[in-house]
Amino acid sequence: MNKEDWKKKQKTCKERDFRFTTVSDLPVKPLYLPDDIRDFDYDKKLSYPGEFPFTRGVYTNMYRGRLWTMRQFSGFGTAKDTNERYKYLLKHGQTGLSVAFDFPTLYGRDSDDPFSQGEVGKCGVAIDTLRDMEILFDGIPLDKISTSMTINPPAAILLAMYIVVGEKQGVLAEVLTGTIQNDMLKEYQAQKTWIYPPEPSLRIITDILEYCSEHVPKWNTISISGYHIREAGSTALQELAFTLANGLTYVEYGTKAGLSVDKFAPRLSFFFNSHLDFFEEIAKYRAARRIWAKVMHDKYRAQNPRSYLMRFHTQTAGCTLTAQQPENNIIRTAFQALAAVLGGTQSLHTNSMDETYALPTERAVKIALRTQQLIAHETGAANTIDPLGGSYYVEALTDELEKRTYEYFDKIDTLGGVVPAIEKGFFQREISRSAYEYQRALEHKVKYHVGINMFEEEGGADIEILKIPEEIEKNQIEELKEVKKQRNSVKVKRALKQLYSAAGNGENLMPRILDCVREYATLGEICSTLKEEFGIYHEPIIF
Amino acid sequence: MQKKIRVLIGKPGLDGHDRGVKIVAAALRDAGIEVIYTGLHQTCESIVEAAIQEDVDIIGLSILSGAHMTIFPKIINLLKQKEAEDIIVIGGGIIPEEDIKKLNEMGVKKLFTPGTSTKEIIKYVKSIVQKT
Amino acid sequence: MDFLKKLLKGDKLTIARTITAVENSNNSEILKEIFPYTGKAYHIGVTGPPGAGKSTLVNIVIQKLLEENKKIGIIAVDPTSPFSGGAFLGDRIRMTDLALRENVFIRSMATRGSLGGLSQKTKDVALVLDASGMDYILIETIGVGQVELDIAQVCDTTIVVLVPESGDSIQAMKAGLLEVADILVVNKGDREGCDSLILELKFAFELREQKLGWHFPVLKTIATESKGIEELISNIKSHKKYLKSSGKFEEDRKRKLALRIDELIEEKIKSHLKEFSSWRNGDQLEQLIAKVYQRKLTPYHIADEITKKIIVGKK
Ligand SMILES: Nc1nc2c(ncn2[C@@H]2O[C@H](COP(=O)(O)OP(=O)(O)OP(=O)(O)O)[C@@H](O)[C@H]2O)c(=O)[nH]1
Ligand SMILES: [Mg+2]
Repeated sequence: MNKEDWKKKQKTCKERDFRFTTVSDLPVKPLYLPDDIRDFDYDKKLSYPGEFPFTRGVYTNMYRGRLWTMRQFSGFGTAKDTNERYKYLLKHGQTGLSVAFDFPTLYGRDSDDPFSQGEVGKCGVAIDTLRDMEILFDGIPLDKISTSMTINPPAAILLAMYIVVGEKQGVLAEVLTGTIQNDMLKEYQAQKTWIYPPEPSLRIITDILEYCSEHVPKWNTISISGYHIREAGSTALQELAFTLANGLTYVEYGTKAGLSVDKFAPRLSFFFNSHLDFFEEIAKYRAARRIWAKVMHDKYRAQNPRSYLMRFHTQTAGCTLTAQQPENNIIRTAFQALAAVLGGTQSLHTNSMDETYALPTERAVKIALRTQQLIAHETGAANTIDPLGGSYYVEALTDELEKRTYEYFDKIDTLGGVVPAIEKGFFQREISRSAYEYQRALEHKVKYHVGINMFEEEGGADIEILKIPEEIEKNQIEELKEVKKQRNSVKVKRALKQLYSAAGNGENLMPRILDCVREYATLGEICSTLKEEFGIYHEPIIF
Repeated sequence: MQKKIRVLIGKPGLDGHDRGVKIVAAALRDAGIEVIYTGLHQTCESIVEAAIQEDVDIIGLSILSGAHMTIFPKIINLLKQKEAEDIIVIGGGIIPEEDIKKLNEMGVKKLFTPGTSTKEIIKYVKSIVQKT
Repeated sequence: MDFLKKLLKGDKLTIARTITAVENSNNSEILKEIFPYTGKAYHIGVTGPPGAGKSTLVNIVIQKLLEENKKIGIIAVDPTSPFSGGAFLGDRIRMTDLALRENVFIRSMATRGSLGGLSQKTKDVALVLDASGMDYILIETIGVGQVELDIAQVCDTTIVVLVPESGDSIQAMKAGLLEVADILVVNKGDREGCDSLILELKFAFELREQKLGWHFPVLKTIATESKGIEELISNIKSHKKYLKSSGKFEEDRKRKLALRIDELIEEKIKSHLKEFSSWRNGDQLEQLIAKVYQRKLTPYHIADEITKKIIVGKK
């Protein structure tokens, strides 16, 4: 039978009453054929793993060499509580740490700040001073473990604290490995954790790039994050396009500050979401690697092959979890995790089934970790590299996402670049529109979510929930008072004053922040000092 | 002349996850309601003051950070202090069953949990305003 | 009445509830009661294209006025969606610093059915704030085309806020937006194209100046950095002084009151008309139209007869 005959025949078949699109609304054909990837040039488009343009993976031997890092994001209560959880996870085979901070910490506010009331230790661990960080990593040798810290406006401060904890353990900064998120652009676009306006925020980021390339060379200085863009409701395409545009903006600011691309670009890493649509997600990762390599080569003239490598962490999509029938979340997460692995992720966090209710319990976290271990050791998915490479569908989808990403780049350019587009509310508007459309699609049953708009069940779920005791806030504030009493307040004041003048005169802030941290200046004190010079950000109102 | 329903949508506290509130705000607007949005990171005091000056029928708060047991009671108390306890307080977010019960007792009229459709919220808002 | 005493004293809850009552009824009883206590507040209009920075600017202007211990009412008007009748009112976000201040009252309004950017009700709401003892009332509204006359009709000083990007559409605006401006502000002065726009605007204004005897200032501001605000405020004050010393203040206000009376009459007649459109529901409608169709009656007779009824006020 030939192609045309088959197509005719297929048209006469009965079809389900369903709009066949990806979860992001890209159209999906009934069948993909060789001519869907017509100009397919293997060497140009795919090439080999570890070779330009890295579509099939950033490393030559991928998971046959080393499995991805299994890194569960966690943190709650006081530093001591979280330290115990870390030791539990490490004991059960986790291979990296990932710190979740509480909201006050994320916003650079101390636990005794009126704004922090009710939030201390709730969604992550509370860190006020170096003392808390010392406790957090007590008994965990920093030269043996890599640590990822999800922290943005105060990233420089937490990194400084980590460096000093290392010093105290006798570990040199040169050998520290890990990541700070430090991606402010996506904060203005999606996650909305900000303190200062974009320009000073970018200055802090370039200061970190510069400092680390000299002193903490193995540290991943920015984790350019699409995860939050997607959680805020974007499509896969928007996640891909906006994240890459942000990444390129950091490259631009770095080079404008006089750094050589090849010096800092190898330390940039990425962080993506893994959402419901299995193939679309895999195509997204593959397209991301290819676009990054090409643009770094063609536009930014990077020479160091490591500058082309898009290394990324993946987290399964929190926004797809349902409070209804929470056990289903285990299955959802497993598929999403598999997509990330087939897409070639470097590290992975799998969500726990109870996360729509609260921070996960130990049992739930263990199941989530086991999900990864199952994929790694039972499914065979890690036996061969990029097993879906060459699939007509996956290749066509990869090409399509790539093409549309370039279209978004053009749009952003006409708006004057990422920062002006943020000020004009472009990203914010795009994302809220997608979020609203998706919600409407669910409510009109054009798209489905099991347990939400199909196969619903009456009655609530019966699962165990982790409760954060209310005393934590009080205790943390007491601790903070104690630290303040013990430190040398004259030295603290002096360090803060020097930080303030550094903020004004443009010198690199990192050494100054390190000085403040060593004197046990609080996170809030350091941020307030910088606020005085940099001002605070006001969001444009976008709907 | 029919009175327009006015709803204040706010995000108290520090979490910045505004996907939900924005969807709800847009849906309410599309259902013919006047929506006053106070933006992110608001104190309870400023939310209550805004609700009074705008004379809204309902305050709808989204709290995903776990601070609900601090924030809702504070809002209810402030409304009482200002003699505006006829303003209905509702909310949404990640709130465990037992906390919902406690908050209802304190005077929070309704709490929507994740997964609630906007239709349901609109229906509720319209019916509760009509009743009062 | 208890409410009136509280309102005159500036009780916020009472102000808020009175505004709601006024906004939701066609009945003018409340307004009749409070009108004698109004006329004291100075009205400032702030208009301009969406996103020009109006709210940001209003926020800082008010902070400065507060330093002089003034009481200030703000009305922020946003459009009602023509499809759903709902509205999204977001101006407050820019003013959260102010909302808790003792001497400030902020109210957001939707345009609701009115065609212009300003609802007719805005004028009534301004009266409520006026009666409550405000020294200044600031009205923010989006200005894009037809609104301008509306806002100028309520305000003593009208500020039009533009941004450098407005340069492209300046020709189109000359006829509309610029006509109502007493003070022009080019905000976002940190952006490119600001100075050339200012020059262009100054040139356009010179012609008007000769006719009117008030030197129309064209100012540059950067609202987000509080730059240019002192100058803006001093210009508002000079405009106020100019109006008062030239006698134009009273003249303008009297003219506006007369216009308001026109409007109210028109509104009243219109609402009557609606009532009388019930002639269409009459039993004899079909017969009547049939007769007109057969040329036994003329439409003119019928119209005469019905309007006579309206004017006499009998159904
Ligand atoms: N660069 C720059 N941005 C400004 C300036 N003034 C305001 N903005 C920004 O412009 C955006 C819109 O400001 P608003 O004050 O909300 O503008 P608006 O005219 O009130 O907007 P609408 O009420 O929606 O029509 C915000 O993001 C402000 O931070 C300025 O002088 N320079
Ligand atoms: Mg505004």
